[in-house]
Amino acid sequence: MTDAPQLDETDRRIMLATQEGLPIVARPFAAVAERVGIPEAEVIDRFRRMQEMGIVRRVAAVPNHYKLGYTANGMTVWEVPLDVIDEAGQRLAALEYVSHCYRRPAKPPEWPYTLFAMVHATDRTQVEARVTEMAALLGDLARGHTVLYSTKILKKTGLRIQG
Amino acid sequence: MELDATDRALLNRLQDGIPLTDRPFAAVGAELGLSEDEVLVRVAAMKDAGVLSRFGPMFHAERMGGGLTLAAMAVPAADYERVTEQVNAFPEVAHNYAREHALNMWFVVATETPERVAEVCAAIEERTGLPVYPFPKLAEYYLNLRFKA
Repeated sequence: MTDAPQLDETDRRIMLATQEGLPIVARPFAAVAERVGIPEAEVIDRFRRMQEMGIVRRVAAVPNHYKLGYTANGMTVWEVPLDVIDEAGQRLAALEYVSHCYRRPAKPPEWPYTLFAMVHATDRTQVEARVTEMAALLGDLARGHTVLYSTKILKKTGLRIQG
Repeated sequence: MELDATDRALLNRLQDGIPLTDRPFAAVGAELGLSEDEVLVRVAAMKDAGVLSRFGPMFHAERMGGGLTLAAMAVPAADYERVTEQVNAFPEVAHNYAREHALNMWFVVATETPERVAEVCAAIEERTGLPVYPFPKLAEYYLNLRFKA
């Protein structure tokens, strides 16, 4: 991708030093600065710039939703024709319990689904109630749907770059 | 670990991102009426207990010029453990979930270049001996992943 923002070697070193996470200390950016060998203020400035460019969404906590009681995680998938998919996507995205809503390619005949919406809830009964509501909201826009429940997190690390 | 109301408030606040300043935990503490030390102790405890999967910068693969796709596999039950180990061993596999469906393993492949996504999927097929079905994002309708603690 030629229009990607330019990251220099120092940015890359900062990314390598922080992709496992930041240390939970009073001055986390000073700890990174020490590892990278540049001043703390420069680490902070570079994070600000990367955040402005959208390369870093934010510096934040990512909870384990299972441990917060969101034990039912349903990936709902919908068979929506392409001429109405944007309308369908916007309807589902407006629901507060839908965390992600994406259009993805179908692989007919086994996989006719084009719209993916992630639903998190405390149990499957609640997921099912929400799926019923989503189906009503989509009406004729969807020809079918199914729910893929997650049974286990096998890995969750976030994006890595190679050193 | 049992989270109290203060832990929950802190966790909700920290999902929105810390300020980029030299003492970010002091700043977050000031918003919530907590000392910097109390914030640090609570965040460290939540990290140790696994309530936090991660704390740090959330990189946006596509804006970095990288590649990203969701991908799925249909893994026979008898091979599930072996294939999980083989797939997870790829550093480009960021998340991996077991799901109830004929396609029973769903993972995210994040790479430094767009071309590398197909190479990694091919390498996973070669390593595991099973087909990988990529489901790249074609449009995004919303993104507001926050869990109320």
